[in-house]
Amino acid sequence: MRKYTERENGRGFNETRPIEAKAGVIKKADGSAYFRIGKTTAYAAVYGPRECHPKHMQDPKTGILRCNYNMMPFSTEDRVRPGPSRRSKEISMVTEKALLPVVNLTDYANAVVDVYIELTETDAGSRCAGICAASIALADAGITMKDMVAAVSCGVVDHQVAVDLDGPEEHLHDLDVADIPIAMVPSTEEITLLQMDGKVSQEELLQAIENVKPALKRIADIQRKALKDRYK
Amino acid sequence: MNTKVIMMNQELKTHINEALKKGVRLDGRKKDEFREIEIKTGVVATAEGSALVRCGDTEVIAGIKLQVGEPYPDSQDQGTMMVGSELLPLSNPNFEGGPPGIDSIEVARVIDRGIREGKAIDTKKLCIRVGELVWTVMIDVLPLNHDGNLIDVGGMAALAALENTRMLKIENDKIVIGKRTDEKLPICSMPVPVTVLKIGDNFIVDPTFEEEAVLDARLTVAVLEDDSLCALQKGGKASLTTKDIKGMIALAIDKSHELRKKINEAL
Repeated sequence: MRKYTERENGRGFNETRPIEAKAGVIKKADGSAYFRIGKTTAYAAVYGPRECHPKHMQDPKTGILRCNYNMMPFSTEDRVRPGPSRRSKEISMVTEKALLPVVNLTDYANAVVDVYIELTETDAGSRCAGICAASIALADAGITMKDMVAAVSCGVVDHQVAVDLDGPEEHLHDLDVADIPIAMVPSTEEITLLQMDGKVSQEELLQAIENVKPALKRIADIQRKALKDRYK
Repeated sequence: MNTKVIMMNQELKTHINEALKKGVRLDGRKKDEFREIEIKTGVVATAEGSALVRCGDTEVIAGIKLQVGEPYPDSQDQGTMMVGSELLPLSNPNFEGGPPGIDSIEVARVIDRGIREGKAIDTKKLCIRVGELVWTVMIDVLPLNHDGNLIDVGGMAALAALENTRMLKIENDKIVIGKRTDEKLPICSMPVPVTVLKIGDNFIVDPTFEEEAVLDARLTVAVLEDDSLCALQKGGKASLTTKDIKGMIALAIDKSHELRKKINEAL
C-alpha cells in the first residue's frame, strides 16, 4: 500500500504555500484587496452599500451581500471562456454564504454590498483565495464585521491530510485525492464553507478540519496585517 | 443613467471646460501629458504571455493564450488572432456584470484592429499545416481599475504581453500542457493606439474616467513605427472638422513615440 509520506512540493503536511496580502489595491472600489497563495492570485473589490438592482432582490429589513467569482480567461492552462459558468455561479453562491455570518448589513435596508472577485492566475485553491481577498476587501470598505473569514483548501491524499493542495498535488493520478475547501471565523472556529470532492473517512475529515485550523489562524493574521499596513 | 448623474456631469463639464481654457486639468496635468506609466511583464504564469500596465490609477492586465485550430477559409496559410475585453464590475462602480456591453466590445475591437491591421503578428509564421492547422492567439485585456483611457492602456498591455509570449510545444497536433518553449511569437511591428479627446475646443490625451464622461468627441489612432496609421476610431456625439482631425492625429503620432519607448524599456 502506497502512502503519501512526503509532499512533492517539499512542504510540511500542515504548511501552506507562501501568502501575500494587500488591502486597498483598486482605487475606484469602496474596499479592495489582493490575496496570493502560491501562484493562485485573487483580487476582490467591494462596491456599496448601494441601491440594489433589480429591485425584487431588495430586503426592507437588511442590506444584502452579492458575490461574484470570476476566472480571467488566461488564469488556467486551458483558456477559460469569458462569462459565467455553472462552476463560477456555484462558487459565487458558496462565497456569499461563507462571508455572510460575519457581516452585519442591518443598517442598510434595501441596499446591496457587491463583492467582485477576479482570479488572474490559478493553481488550485482559487475559491478559498477569493474568500480571503473578499474578507479583507469588506473590512477595507468599512463594512461592520464580527471577524475576518479565513479560508484554505485541505487535501486528503492517500489517507494523509495535507493542507493547501497545489495544482500538481490535486492531480496526482495514482493516488486518491480528496479536496476540502474550508472557511472559518478564526475567533470562534465556526466553519462557514465546507465542500469536498473525493473520498475520505469520517476520521480523516475531522482530522483535516483540525489540522487546517492553525493555518487558518495564520491566514487571518496575514489578512489583519494587510489592513493595518494600509494605514502605515 | 439617471437625471442626477447627467446634471452632475453638466456641472463637471463646465468645470473641466473652464479649467481647460486656462490650460489646466483636474489633476494638474498638461493637456498633452500622460499620467505616470508603469509596465510589468510576465505577471501570470498560466498565460503564455502577460503584462500589467498602470497609468495613473488605471490598471489593466493582458494575457495571451495560444490555441491550435483550423485556419479561416480565405487565409489558409495564416494563424488567427482575437482580442477580447470585458469592463469588469470589479474595476469601476458604474459597470454591471453580464455579457460584454457595447463599450467592452468597442475597446476589444479597436485594440484588435490596431494589432491586426498594423500586422503586429506575422500570422503566416503561425501556420502549422496549410489549410489544416494554425495557431490562434487569444489576447484578453481586462481592467483591474478603470480610471479612463482603457483603449490606450489596454493596447499597451496587449503589445507588451505579445512581446512577452513564449510559444507552446505541440505533439500530434495537440498542445502539450505546460510545456513552453523559448521561442517568441513572430512580432514584426508595434502599433500603439493613442486616443485624443475633444472637450470644447481643447484636445487632451490620457483622459481620466471623469474626463471621458464629459467628452464631446474622441479619436483613437493606432500609430506604427514609421508614423503611418493603421487603425482609426471616432467616438463621442460631437462631429469633428478636418482641422480637428489633423490636430488630433498630429498629437496622437507625437504621443505614440513616448508610449512605444515606454513599452520597449519594459521589455
